Amino acid sequence: MEHQHKEHALLAEDFNANEPRVNWHDETLWWIRQKRDKIAWSIPEWEELRETASRIKHNVLGNLHDYLLEFERKAQENGAIVHWAANADEHNKIVLQLLQEQGVKRMVKSKSMLTEECHLNPYLAEHGIEVVDTDLGERIVQLAKEPPSHIVLPCIHKKKEEIGELFHEHLGTPAGNADPKFLTAAARQHLRKEFIQSRVAITGVNFAVAETGEMVVCTNEGNADMGAHLADVHIACMGIEKIIPQRKHLGVFLRLLARSATGQPITTYSSHFRSPKAGQQLHIVLVDNGRSRQLGREDFRNSLKCIRCGACMNTCPVYRRSGGHSYHNAIAGPIGAILAPNLDMKEYADLPFASTLCGSCSNVCPVKIDIHQQLYKWRQVITQEGHAKKTKAAGMHAMNIVLSKPGLYKTAGGVGRWVMRTFPAVVNNGMNPWFKQREMPAPPKQSFADWYKKNRPE
Amino acid sequence: MSRESILAAIKNNQPDHQALPDLHTFRRPNTGDPAAFKKVVETLGGQVFEIGSYTEIQPLIAEHYTDLNKVVAIQDSYLPGAATQWETGDGRQLEDVDLAIIPGQFGVAENGAIWITENEVKVRVLPFITQHLAVVVAAKDILATMHDAYEERIVRPESGFGVFIAGPSKTADIEQSLVLGAHGAKSLTVFLYTPKP
Amino acid sequence: MKVGLFIPCYIDQFYPQVGIATLSLLEKLGCDVVYPQGQTCCGQPMANSGFEHLTHGCNELFVNHFENFDYIVAPSGSCVLHIKDHLHVDGKEQAATHIRQRIYELAEFLTDVLKVDNLKAKFPHKVGIHQACHGQRGLGLAQMSELVAAPFSKPQQLLNMVEGLELIELKRSDECCGFGGTFCVFEEAVSVKMGKDRIADHVNNGAEYITGNDVSCLMHLEGILRRQNSNVKVLHIAEILNSI
Repeated sequence: MEHQHKEHALLAEDFNANEPRVNWHDETLWWIRQKRDKIAWSIPEWEELRETASRIKHNVLGNLHDYLLEFERKAQENGAIVHWAANADEHNKIVLQLLQEQGVKRMVKSKSMLTEECHLNPYLAEHGIEVVDTDLGERIVQLAKEPPSHIVLPCIHKKKEEIGELFHEHLGTPAGNADPKFLTAAARQHLRKEFIQSRVAITGVNFAVAETGEMVVCTNEGNADMGAHLADVHIACMGIEKIIPQRKHLGVFLRLLARSATGQPITTYSSHFRSPKAGQQLHIVLVDNGRSRQLGREDFRNSLKCIRCGACMNTCPVYRRSGGHSYHNAIAGPIGAILAPNLDMKEYADLPFASTLCGSCSNVCPVKIDIHQQLYKWRQVITQEGHAKKTKAAGMHAMNIVLSKPGLYKTAGGVGRWVMRTFPAVVNNGMNPWFKQREMPAPPKQSFADWYKKNRPE
Repeated sequence: MSRESILAAIKNNQPDHQALPDLHTFRRPNTGDPAAFKKVVETLGGQVFEIGSYTEIQPLIAEHYTDLNKVVAIQDSYLPGAATQWETGDGRQLEDVDLAIIPGQFGVAENGAIWITENEVKVRVLPFITQHLAVVVAAKDILATMHDAYEERIVRPESGFGVFIAGPSKTADIEQSLVLGAHGAKSLTVFLYTPKP
Repeated sequence: MKVGLFIPCYIDQFYPQVGIATLSLLEKLGCDVVYPQGQTCCGQPMANSGFEHLTHGCNELFVNHFENFDYIVAPSGSCVLHIKDHLHVDGKEQAATHIRQRIYELAEFLTDVLKVDNLKAKFPHKVGIHQACHGQRGLGLAQMSELVAAPFSKPQQLLNMVEGLELIELKRSDECCGFGGTFCVFEEAVSVKMGKDRIADHVNNGAEYITGNDVSCLMHLEGILRRQNSNVKVLHIAEILNSI
């Protein structure tokens, strides 16, 4: 786990240096969790809907091969051109080639976590092409030269004053104006120009229907539609797990997605792209990037059911108090922590440990991914594959020796209430982190075992 | 070819087939409630006018909008004298449209969404690029849930593009403050139409 | 009814009074309780840290100590959940299965097995329940706020039987306190922040005592409370149910 960048715990510690800001971040996301609860309670069949969505997705996992072929065939019949990318690099190359064919140097993109995962923007920048992110939150973090900190709320970590500053610098708004209405209007004007000028638009995909070959893209802002309908070339990038079997299944997922994400009944726009408009090219890039491997991991394949609603982040007490960037991955939070190790186990070995395993994530998940169970299982795999720190491993072995031998346990405990001294010792960084902001219980005169022996003699 | 290697890996790794669940218990046929629909659209930031004739549209527009220079009406009966020749072009010709009045096929009471397709709007970008959007939908075409929508009305796609629109475009990306009018229409008016006997 | 008492390691070492209260409560309720000497730990600290493969020794000890009881009861939801989910021993799988099926956290043993409907306990104080996650979301001791499902709470059901006790309402009924096993030291900053926030919720709502079914969470909260020189105290639910 020795990396170039800091691990989650240290990044989270940095985030916690400003406690009022942590409180603000926590309260903002908790408010969204409460909105989700409120709207879920307005649907009496909510839990059955979750179960149904989970089962549809299970059917998808078991038939993904055939569904992808069916989707490809239908999409081609609809007039789309389908590309397949084994990994991020191939995805980026396909997109670059399409852009070079068009000779464009600047284009618009609506929200796509897949392109974040593939690091498309920096790749295209290296090749002289500028991507303009058009989701307001994504545009804000792009101007700040930061990655999104949340998959649905990309700049949830930013204060409006900071956004006002950014807009002042980049869009020429008056200094000191941090009114969300005013700033949104400024972004609308700025991005309208981009939409009008752009000849190519990249969008993500929320759902791709095998039966019809169509793709559904959900936004509140209308940016995907503004981009795609004005462009000569629409490039839709999607992970292969976005497939659903039939059109009627959209009914289930569209009921769950926005309610789980932000507590809205549905996003403002749920756009169904089937065939390109007259004279337009529609390219669909199907990306694997580790998904077929994850499909083969029985303990982890359910993570592919994810519909990217972000509910697990909003409910996660650790995410709320450590911020999205502490996960140093395109997808943060509990779901990011179970997806990332599949991409690079060593790089993301810290993430499954960035959880108390409280289980709230699994309960809000609209497709019932057993997120906290998978976090536990990743911990085992990461340790077995040799990615645990040596000091931690040594501590665990020492702990095991004591706990496996009653005699040794009794002596160790008797000598100095061993247990809580061993816990911190496995960190081995010269100080005992328990005591930084906490006291230890005063050691009692005798252990329970000793008391029992005296008071309940056989 | 990555296509073959991806498909081979999937075939090799995918779990056993499991049957698709039945969805029919979620259906609520013939229970679409226009009043409930109206309430949801309003909570989404839209405004709803109940009308008995298309002739009521013009005075309502005159009353509720100012500075309308260019209005597109899909049916002449919605607004006599609206813009003509607006269909020709790649969509950019609509950049200066202030209001578009379009028909919706049906509405969904549970979420205030209205189904609109390319067949009606002709130019896909119209409902998005217009500064303000008005949709005419018949009160008899209000369904209860999304399941009813997909299983009763749009079982198969009938055009190259279709969209559910629920309320005006919006964002809450700046400190979760809700702002109407992100990139799409800044306002949404629904004319809920019940023909007078 | 022969009950094997499982007292997790940190309770044995640091909170013997919780073990004593549990034993005395069960005895008062007519159970034949035995504490098998030589027990150590359920193995959870290692397993949750990614070292489940090292827990064979703990598992074997556990089965040897508890295979011959009708029920196994422990004052810790977290340890009970770990045993329920992970106790397996080669060659002793039948005994392990018996234990997994017959192990209970104290409160659920009282409500579900003993079906306790009144207690002679008195505790005239304002009390907040810290709903520990493993007991709640793992064992189902109380309804989870995330689910659209009818509310219930076994600990609350028991505390309502205590004379003079006033339960306070929390702003966040079941948020994690941030203990999380070794998380409490590996992720010290977030762990403590979570603990401070839980405490603030109890304090702001007038709690004199914070109680719960997991001493590990309470130890973490107590550690922060003491550092803050707070007057608020923590007590395991057994201590309240056993108070006269």
